[in-house]
Amino acid sequence: MPDRITTADVAHVAQLARLDLTEAELERLVVDLGAVLDHAAGVAALDTAGVPPTAHPLPLQNVLRPDEVRPSLDRDEVLAMAPQAEDNRFRVPSILGDGP
Amino acid sequence: MADPEAGARAYDIVVGLEVHCELRTVTKLFCGCRNAFGDEPNTNVCPVCLGLPGSLPVLNRQAVEYAMAVGLALSCEVRPSLFHRKNYFYPDMPKDYQVSQYDEPINVDGHLDLPDGSVVGIERAHMEEDTGKSSHVGGGGGRIHGADHSLVDYNRAGVPLVEIVSRPDIRSSAQAVDYVRELRAILVTTGASDGKMEEGSLRVDANVSVRPAGSDTLGTRCEIKNLNSLRSLGRAIDHEAARQWDLLDTGERIVQETRHWNEDLGRTVAGRSKEEAYDYRYFPEPDLVPLAPDDAWRDRVRAAIPMLPAARRARLCQAAGVDAALAGTVVELDLDTLVLAAISAKADGRRAVNRAVNEVAADIDAARRLDPAAFTKLLLLEDQGKLTATQAKQVLAELLTAGGDPVDIAAARGFEALGDDALAGAVDAAIASNPAEWERFKGGDAKVTGFFVGLVMRASGGKADGKAVTALLRERAAAG
Repeated sequence: MPDRITTADVAHVAQLARLDLTEAELERLVVDLGAVLDHAAGVAALDTAGVPPTAHPLPLQNVLRPDEVRPSLDRDEVLAMAPQAEDNRFRVPSILGDGP
Repeated sequence: MADPEAGARAYDIVVGLEVHCELRTVTKLFCGCRNAFGDEPNTNVCPVCLGLPGSLPVLNRQAVEYAMAVGLALSCEVRPSLFHRKNYFYPDMPKDYQVSQYDEPINVDGHLDLPDGSVVGIERAHMEEDTGKSSHVGGGGGRIHGADHSLVDYNRAGVPLVEIVSRPDIRSSAQAVDYVRELRAILVTTGASDGKMEEGSLRVDANVSVRPAGSDTLGTRCEIKNLNSLRSLGRAIDHEAARQWDLLDTGERIVQETRHWNEDLGRTVAGRSKEEAYDYRYFPEPDLVPLAPDDAWRDRVRAAIPMLPAARRARLCQAAGVDAALAGTVVELDLDTLVLAAISAKADGRRAVNRAVNEVAADIDAARRLDPAAFTKLLLLEDQGKLTATQAKQVLAELLTAGGDPVDIAAARGFEALGDDALAGAVDAAIASNPAEWERFKGGDAKVTGFFVGLVMRASGGKADGKAVTALLRERAAAG
């Protein structure tokens, strides 16, 4: 069976998830994630024609709440959890590039 | 810069717009924190919108209804939909993902009809949560590049948005501005939005490309962000199209990229670095179940949508006998109900429209308190010739500032248009004492008309109606 995932794939995913992995960890994850993908391939091989896609494991839809205010957290308490705060806001390192 | 005229002959502009609209709910999309602009930073935050472990989002029913109303007002199909996580690392979302609708949005395939008769397709109008607000410290001018560090306020994180994505059907900056203006009017009508671009309630991104005139293939597009006003939108599209024409004229290639409009510089500047391609790894949000409005719910939302601007314009055009542009102005000012009330009481439609867009609109705050019955009464006084135009405007000004009954106001000011007999007397007296000028008038010299009108006005203490005086003068001249 060909490799379902390469070291480069794992390194790319790790980078997207901001995980700093060692070479040994990368190699181990190639094997572990390969096993997960093998399982997925097994499922994919089944004939699912006529089976509707499952959007969610729970047999529920339209779970909603009324548009009513609930208490927010205390700001001092919130900012105390942050590594750094300034001027009542979360202080973060300089951002390069822009968000989506 | 290429000569815009030459460019306009050689290329067509193609624009698609993405409009982010903050919904006017009381609370956020997935939690009970207040949705409010301008509150103290980080006072409307909780475990859900801060993405603390173990917190669970629950969808806001009102946000769903606003989103459905927007879709229905844009003639979209309202469908069963799913929420996805859009993953990215950027401090404006503490969860490191934004919950959005991806391949199964709530509204698809609509259209927006513009006042000029053109139609712009709507690809989708989906729900998502807004991000927090960053301010950049150091580096000059609050800009992101070269900033020393950034400060984040999460009050806006989790505020409900509807993102309305048009098809690339727009062909000029003017049409783009019309589209946003009309869309904004619809969003305000449905109650979904307060329409305040200056507070960021409506944010517009423009996808702009150019192509050889007459071609039907799409050119490479650039996405222009940071368009905070209709003026910026129009200017940015014109500038960006000219920039692209320039590149093509000199045989260069257009790079697909995000660009930012700089209002001060009057040009777009390259934005996000493309070194690392974004991979958002969308996957279904496991903490939210599918949303599937049934027919009854959809019908209830549809029935609650007030009459939309296009229908109001058409109604006014017909009732007042004015053109679409003028009707559009009245509707935009939200004065059509006032005008229609007057017309239904037999006031002259054109006069009602003119008084509305000129005198009433001049004091739009007071106009909201103007009693339609008093406005109607005033117009009827003018229609019946009991007040001159000048007098009517003065009475209307007082109605706007102080209210009251137009008949009483006119009486208090001594505004009683001259009776027919008194007017005729004043005209005859003016003719009798100025025989030389009268001969010139009879000879067809229109310049002396003002002379006679002025005399009669003075003699009547300003109570004469200029038009009635002119009519009488012509009558006398015709009689010899």
